[in-house]
Amino acid sequence: MKPLRARLRKLPLGVVLVLLFALAALLGPLVAPHDPAQIDLDHEYAAPSFAHPLGTGDNGTDVLSVLLHGARLAGTIGGLVVALSLVTGTLAGALAGYRGGLIDHAVTGTADLVQSFPAVVLNVALLAVVARPGVLHLVVALVSNGWVIYARVARGQTLAIREREYVQAARALGMSESRILLRHILPNLGGPLVIQATSGLGAAILAESTLSFLGLGPGKSASWGALLDQGSAVLLRFPHVALFAGGTIALTVLGFNLAGDWLRDRLDPRR
Amino acid sequence: MSAGLLRYLGTRSLRALLTVFGVVTLVFLVVRAVPGDPVDAILGDQASPGDRTAMRAALHLDAPLLTQYGLFLGSVGDGTLGRSFRRRDETVASLITQVFPDTLALALAAFAVAWLLALPLGTLAAAKRGSRWDLGARGVALFGLAVPGIWLGPLLILLFGVILRVLPLPGDEDAGARGLILPALTVGAALSAVLTRQTRGAMIEVLSEQYVLAARARGVSTARVLVVHALRNALLPVLTVGAAQLGAVLSGTVITEKIFEREGLGSLFLDAFFARDIPVIQGCVLVVALLYVGVNLAVDVAYGLVDPRVRLS
Repeated sequence: MKPLRARLRKLPLGVVLVLLFALAALLGPLVAPHDPAQIDLDHEYAAPSFAHPLGTGDNGTDVLSVLLHGARLAGTIGGLVVALSLVTGTLAGALAGYRGGLIDHAVTGTADLVQSFPAVVLNVALLAVVARPGVLHLVVALVSNGWVIYARVARGQTLAIREREYVQAARALGMSESRILLRHILPNLGGPLVIQATSGLGAAILAESTLSFLGLGPGKSASWGALLDQGSAVLLRFPHVALFAGGTIALTVLGFNLAGDWLRDRLDPRR
Repeated sequence: MSAGLLRYLGTRSLRALLTVFGVVTLVFLVVRAVPGDPVDAILGDQASPGDRTAMRAALHLDAPLLTQYGLFLGSVGDGTLGRSFRRRDETVASLITQVFPDTLALALAAFAVAWLLALPLGTLAAAKRGSRWDLGARGVALFGLAVPGIWLGPLLILLFGVILRVLPLPGDEDAGARGLILPALTVGAALSAVLTRQTRGAMIEVLSEQYVLAARARGVSTARVLVVHALRNALLPVLTVGAAQLGAVLSGTVITEKIFEREGLGSLFLDAFFARDIPVIQGCVLVVALLYVGVNLAVDVAYGLVDPRVRLS
């Protein structure tokens, strides 16, 4: 058993970043030094200082506190988007791969269309449906193209598993189709989907930030994308707001991507 | 032209048309489901009931859905795409044609940046695996995918516009073509990452083919082998991937137009969204769908012309 410190030192960067993000999302609002909505007009766009480690933004709000609160929103939306995309995508993909024929054509055709259509345009067109987009609307809009990647992975895996001996044995024993799908196919899709979901979380967080940046996010809550939007408006005079907001988004996305790669290397010894 | 090729082109075109029709109908329906009232967005919520009814009638919002759909298809048919809710004197088509060249220029510049970076870098990385070029290619791929456009844009502005002062700042009216460099880099970074990876992979595969070995054995120079024998054959799959990235590029232009305060399809679309200017939203989606289908059709056709095996599938 290696000592804890040696183990910690060997942790890959991606995992460290993901753990930091998880900590911020869980505890952020509790440890944030200020209320993210607290207005202090005397100190608008103040540079980083002892009272405001990352400076202040619009109306003198504390950047660090907005980022810590925003981590929870990013985590919530990202988690919901990935969970819903994973479920719908896996079911659609597994069904398409297992049944083939018309269902397969329908699923792959829709997936092709959704994947190559500009994601932002699709999301914005969908959000135009609601008067004031809330968290749930945002999640639904992001799932509308989020499911595709999981459907592809699940379909590919299912095509391979379908021909395995244990599936053929189950079929020979007269097991029903839905039972084979539920008991033998779905449980064996695990690994590649977990890897995909890990980097998918980064992608979902980025998508949420992008929509908030464009002004389509849930209005009141503290959000990374909205902070970046404020920061971009005053970029030339007070660059610190955009730098910290964008840097947080970029590091989080990078962390989930690296963690996904790391997982793949661990789970798939052939690589 | 052979019958097989004609049939291939025919089915592809038909499928493309159906796709456009499907996308447009879907958007028509989705946008009509708006609980928010476009009349509110145009007149403000202080407007008198009489004005509201008049506006509603003028915009045909009181007509049955099927009639509205018929009017919409008619406006697509006569090429006007209807009239903007907010600017009644303008047709949607003219609003779009005013800004479309800006977006087209940005998208083409982004593709140019990506190709200019990806082709040489990917080729050299494949030819000299493990070398400094290979390291550079990996760096571009990692950077392009890790740094999101919404952050890269502000970073580039700060570095080249504020600190180095070599390129114009956003909103500079007389920047000309120089004003296109930073936006193109912002959109093209992710694309160049994807294309560099693809080029490297495709080149590594092609370089181990018999005909490349044969060319080398005949004493053909390395540069000639790389460009004439290998790159030409590696290009086809890379082109396909490039075309498949069109959606990502168009998404990128929406974001980049906002960051760099540029006119374009993206900013027109976003403005229309906030004003619930339904005809303009529909028109923008239609144009994007046409673009997407057009480019994919062109790639399919090019493939069919170059590689006869494709026509059979």
